[in-house]
Amino acid sequence: MILDRLARAFDDRLRLSPVVRKALAKVFPDHWSFMLGEIALYSFVALVLTGVYLTFFFDPSSADRAYHGSYPPLDGTTTSAAYASTVRLSWDVRGGLLIRQTHHWAALIFVAAIVVHLIRIFFTGAYRRPRELNWLVGVTMLTLALANGFTGYSMPDDLVSGIGLRIIVSVAESIPVVGAWLVFIALGGEFPSDEMIPRLFVTHVLLVPAVLVALISAHLAMIVRQKHSQFPGPGRTEHNVVGSRLYPSYSLRSLALFAWVLAVLFALGGLVQINPVWLYGPFAPAQATAPVQPDWYVLWGDGALRLFPPWEIRIAGHLVPAPFFPGVVLGGVTFLALYAWPFVERWCTGDRRPHHLLDRPRDHPVRTGIGVAVLTFFAMLVVAGGDDLIARLLRVPIYDVLDILRVLVLVLPLLTGTLAFLLARALRGSDAARLGELTRADLRAARRRSGTGRPALGRPGDEPELPARDRPGERVELWPDGDRWRWRYRDERAGVALLSNLEVRTEQEAADAARLAYPGVDHVVVPGPPPPSHRRARIALRRWGNAAMGIALLVAALRNRRKRDDVGPEDEPSPR
Amino acid sequence: MRRRPPVPDGPPGVTRRIALSFLASAAGAIGFAVTYGLGGQTQWEGICLAVAFAGLATGLAIWGRRLVPTGGYVEEHEGFTPPPDEQASTADVLTAPDSPLRRRGLLATLGLALTALGAAALFPLRSLLPWDRTAPVRALTETPWRPGVRLVNADGRPLRPDDVPAGAVVGVFPEGDIEAGDAPAFAVRLRPERFTRPPSAGHLDGLVVYSLLCTHAGCPVRLYLNGTGRMLCPCHQSSFNLFADAAPVAGPAARPLPGLPIEVGADGYLRATGDFTSPPGAGFWDRP
Repeated sequence: MILDRLARAFDDRLRLSPVVRKALAKVFPDHWSFMLGEIALYSFVALVLTGVYLTFFFDPSSADRAYHGSYPPLDGTTTSAAYASTVRLSWDVRGGLLIRQTHHWAALIFVAAIVVHLIRIFFTGAYRRPRELNWLVGVTMLTLALANGFTGYSMPDDLVSGIGLRIIVSVAESIPVVGAWLVFIALGGEFPSDEMIPRLFVTHVLLVPAVLVALISAHLAMIVRQKHSQFPGPGRTEHNVVGSRLYPSYSLRSLALFAWVLAVLFALGGLVQINPVWLYGPFAPAQATAPVQPDWYVLWGDGALRLFPPWEIRIAGHLVPAPFFPGVVLGGVTFLALYAWPFVERWCTGDRRPHHLLDRPRDHPVRTGIGVAVLTFFAMLVVAGGDDLIARLLRVPIYDVLDILRVLVLVLPLLTGTLAFLLARALRGSDAARLGELTRADLRAARRRSGTGRPALGRPGDEPELPARDRPGERVELWPDGDRWRWRYRDERAGVALLSNLEVRTEQEAADAARLAYPGVDHVVVPGPPPPSHRRARIALRRWGNAAMGIALLVAALRNRRKRDDVGPEDEPSPR
Repeated sequence: MRRRPPVPDGPPGVTRRIALSFLASAAGAIGFAVTYGLGGQTQWEGICLAVAFAGLATGLAIWGRRLVPTGGYVEEHEGFTPPPDEQASTADVLTAPDSPLRRRGLLATLGLALTALGAAALFPLRSLLPWDRTAPVRALTETPWRPGVRLVNADGRPLRPDDVPAGAVVGVFPEGDIEAGDAPAFAVRLRPERFTRPPSAGHLDGLVVYSLLCTHAGCPVRLYLNGTGRMLCPCHQSSFNLFADAAPVAGPAARPLPGLPIEVGADGYLRATGDFTSPPGAGFWDRP
């Protein structure tokens, strides 16, 4: 009742109900892969919430501060305030360690979810017109997520993060002409400077998050405006979205996902130790520790630094140091390629049409092959980031591991890329629904086919919509529902019935909406909502099934009884 | 006011399962509060919060799956190529005769003003590197090592040649500048007859001092493989041969570790006779 009146009060002043009604009816596709981005979103929310809590206890300063607290090995030692307050936060603030570890885990999962989301978008071609802009926003958010992960990782001023920061500083210094100046302006002097930690802090808690919030808003606004893409299927066209409505089912599901993300994060934060800075000790320029690995999302850069040969160039008396190539060039090329990909692909395929139906990876073997090759390359770099661990584990000399990895990082992507390309082509050319169903003949055909088979983008969704007379069994039904109109799409052959997401005022509006969603499909006005036939069938089936099971149990019991009667009449059968 | 139809029952047992999930969630939340109140324990706090959110998640997920219609809806998609007349009329508004966009001359000067403002706004960024600090190239090239500066260990105690026994690596710092980021060095005593290349900074009976910072990415080269005369960087596994003037022998480093020229002062302590033979640490554009 109170909610009702409150809602009315707002509506009387802002006239929200038409907007809200439309928003609540927004349709979301039901495929699981559309939830990956949401995991990133909810991790970000978790990051903001836990991060704000941490700022109350963290002291972003390089000034000396004595630690007095319940971690005995450091009790009474003087370190930077940043380090001392991080140890204090972990050992002496009640609940502090849980929130700190949850924050760190959330950061790892945030970046991971973004990367997996990006991979999904890539392999399904979801970045094609009209969604190129959102791809650019997404890639920018990935760079910002990496930047914020790194600044956050570096802030506690512990030994491991200090070494990581020093490596990044060295990479930045390797930039020709401006490198040293960039570093000195960023740090306020030579590494390690006193200004370093306060600046990392402001970047981490204010600058980058503010930009991220703005970009997340833009990302979501564009999704709402452009509506979701969807996988091809019966009743799905380039002109509609099929799935569940925002309210009630999708909002419940999405909130459930939010709660799942928080549950996993708190479980990790409580049970799995991460970044125990009190064990690492404070940063000191002459100290090091081994083995040392950064957080996973920086590992590819560290792996590249390890693998790249000691090549340095001198240009007219100036030095281009070795870290420039694996650090700056590789990173720059990676992100430039990501930014440019939608436009490169458009230029290569000449495909400028808008796409709302997604590709499956097999529909575009070249894209799939390139994607798999690039992923393999980066996976190998990540592996190389742990080359010392591999050497220790396998008891192999480190430089043998290094030599093997240097070969693998170049050869393996070619192999996996080619394999993915061939498999995708075999799948496209055959009727196999999954990889396991491929026959040897399909593979042989894929190897032979040299682009002459089906065109690269040949999919049902790309062909112009056929008029309905070529697709019998399809129709749109409209009916009055009280003073409103609804419509639904039916394809009897595919066994699909899809209900319109909104009730509209007039028959004309309903017909217009249906024409937009299913151009060329015939309209029929029916007297009322057709009965949900499949559900009734299912209920009937269940009833029959229950009855059949009851009869079977009865028969079994009777036979059992007869057997027991044979054994001995004094055995009482258990009452059923 | 519209009459509302009654709430349907839903499949049997589902509402009970959802309610139980939410109760488990409440129990988790209470457990967290109690754990916190009793003094806090990270693992239990984490488990309780995880249970609280997992209960919430389970309840909501069952609710979304079993009690409300899922799937089977379609929304039309109006496409993004606006009708040409719509586009044209918007363009007309923007390019009407009195439209600011039509005054090209004024727009050009406005553009100039904004560009100048933007460029001027970049200048204060230079203050991020305070003006009284050493310029980057000089700061990177020079270290606190000067002629006469004594070598001290991590505790600040000056070192005599005897403090560096054979086979041990001793971290050394310039006296008074232990915290300096570019000064850390190490002293090690080698057998002079094993030198394949004489140390560029000289040696005192096989006692040599080199910069501790890897010439690849600046990590401290802390791992000494005794007997082989190799120093290994724990970050990217660059290896330097101390018998060959600390030349890089494996890994990604391309330049030798800079040496530090030393002598024994009149007081018997080790002193530097100058700066490193070349700038320590990672390379940069203007590195001589």
